[in-house]
Amino acid sequence: MANGILILSYLIGSVSFIIGLKMLSHPDSARKGNLYAAIGMTLAILATIFFYTDSNGVYLKNHLWIFGGLLIGSIVGTLAAKKVQMTAMPQMVSLFNGMGGACAAIISIVEFKHMLHAGNTVSSDVVLSSTILIGLVIGIVSFTGSMIAFGKLNGNINDKTLPLQQLINIGLLVLILVLVTGMVSGMIQGDPMTLMYVVLSVSALYGVLFVMPIGGADMPVVISLLNSFTGVAAAFGGFLYDNSVMLTGGILVGSAGTVLTVLMCKAMNRSLTNVIVGSFGGTKQTGGGGSEVGGTYKEISMSDTAVLMMYSKKVIIVPGYGLAVAQAQHICHELEKVLDQNGVEVKYAIHPVAGRMPGHMNVLLAEADVSYDKLLDMDEINPEFAQTDVVLVLGANDVVNPAAKTDPASPIYGMPILNVEDASHVIVNKRSMKPGYAGIENALFFQPKTSMLFGDAKDALTKLVAEIKSMA
Amino acid sequence: METLLTSLTNHADFIFLLILMIILGFEVISRVPAVLHTPLMSGANAIHGVVIIGAIIVMGQAESDNYLALILGFLAVILGTLNVVGGFVVTDRMLEMFKKRKKN
Repeated sequence: MANGILILSYLIGSVSFIIGLKMLSHPDSARKGNLYAAIGMTLAILATIFFYTDSNGVYLKNHLWIFGGLLIGSIVGTLAAKKVQMTAMPQMVSLFNGMGGACAAIISIVEFKHMLHAGNTVSSDVVLSSTILIGLVIGIVSFTGSMIAFGKLNGNINDKTLPLQQLINIGLLVLILVLVTGMVSGMIQGDPMTLMYVVLSVSALYGVLFVMPIGGADMPVVISLLNSFTGVAAAFGGFLYDNSVMLTGGILVGSAGTVLTVLMCKAMNRSLTNVIVGSFGGTKQTGGGGSEVGGTYKEISMSDTAVLMMYSKKVIIVPGYGLAVAQAQHICHELEKVLDQNGVEVKYAIHPVAGRMPGHMNVLLAEADVSYDKLLDMDEINPEFAQTDVVLVLGANDVVNPAAKTDPASPIYGMPILNVEDASHVIVNKRSMKPGYAGIENALFFQPKTSMLFGDAKDALTKLVAEIKSMA
Repeated sequence: METLLTSLTNHADFIFLLILMIILGFEVISRVPAVLHTPLMSGANAIHGVVIIGAIIVMGQAESDNYLALILGFLAVILGTLNVVGGFVVTDRMLEMFKKRKKN
């Protein structure tokens, strides 16, 4: 009876994950999908607490501890998620992802001890011990990797590359593989607990060094990848406990996360190996190859910008991370409305990797009530630039860098970009001439049709809107 | 070969589930507008918080004198809950913004 309720709950939970994920893929049903998945999760959790039995039919105990942990986690989690600024969303996802990875790793540590306690050696049940160890490795890599990704996006950690970074990383990975297979096959003898902690430490270090050299431009891909890692770690936990809902949830995220990662890589025209092995941040070629970028740029005044935009037929706004940092989404919408009232057609060009995460700009602009159909994907908007009078680039850089098309030596060569140069005028709002996140100079800024409008995006747009309003 | 086939037989259910879920994951995600990539990643992030179930099992099976298991289990439950609750709430916050635009 109890077991029947448990299985039924797990079935409902699994289905809710699948349907939830499916609904999350459509704008109209997304919020409901998230809710369904959350309900399914709650059901699975409660059913586990009250109806789970081990192979001897013994129910779970320590209910007080369990509910205590659930309560603390819920309060902290809710507060953190509610308080976080829209701009800090990506690192928040990374942080929560790391928590899941750590959770999976802890489960493996306890179960490893359990296994030894039951009188098994590491090599006596290969399937069991390798499940535990692989779950441990993936979980801890996901944890430390996510923490580094969090620190980087939060600005606490800079890109760092050790000499021979790639060799060190590959070496660590091989070491982990050798240790795990050696332990499981019984070829490496020694105190199993010590060995397990060695595997734990090496994996933790690998997670750190894996993310450390990867530049900001690739961070979305890394978070998505670590996200699917945690999914796989959860699936290993599911295999360990023969727990169907953990398996379905874990594998589903592992697989879906991988697809999402590949989609993001495609958007940047880079392969996954390229992202992982050859990073932007580290191998910044200074000498040789890279063509010189420089020359003179011209500034444009606020009133000139206002006039130019007012008398345009069509304006395209290209938002980037600068917009997010300045929290300028509301005033940006304001600008769009003012222009719209004056008969100027305004659209937004959304590059797949604008901001720090795919969809980052969409979420941000949606917060400011920008209509969904004004946001156009790169492929949709690119042909439109040629008929556009003014392109306003707001804190975007790498996604409009022509070097991606023209300079094979550039680290972003091959990445599809927004063809803003096709428009009659390009106005670039930036705080300074500093290069973007990928650390590359942008030749666009020095082109004759480009004018620079320096300043914080929010300040600049506020002044611009006031200027336009006074003219209208 | 024989050991491979034996383990295939032993874990038949699991292998079916594995393959079908992988395909399902691919299918569900493959046609998603870029707009939804961030909320989708965040939603998937919350779903892998299902690892909390393992933490609950660890906690619920810990003997009252096994302090290591108790402490680690308790910690795992907290971390897992953070993943689940934080993940769903953050996703909901992102999606709430998509809702609002409809009123325009």
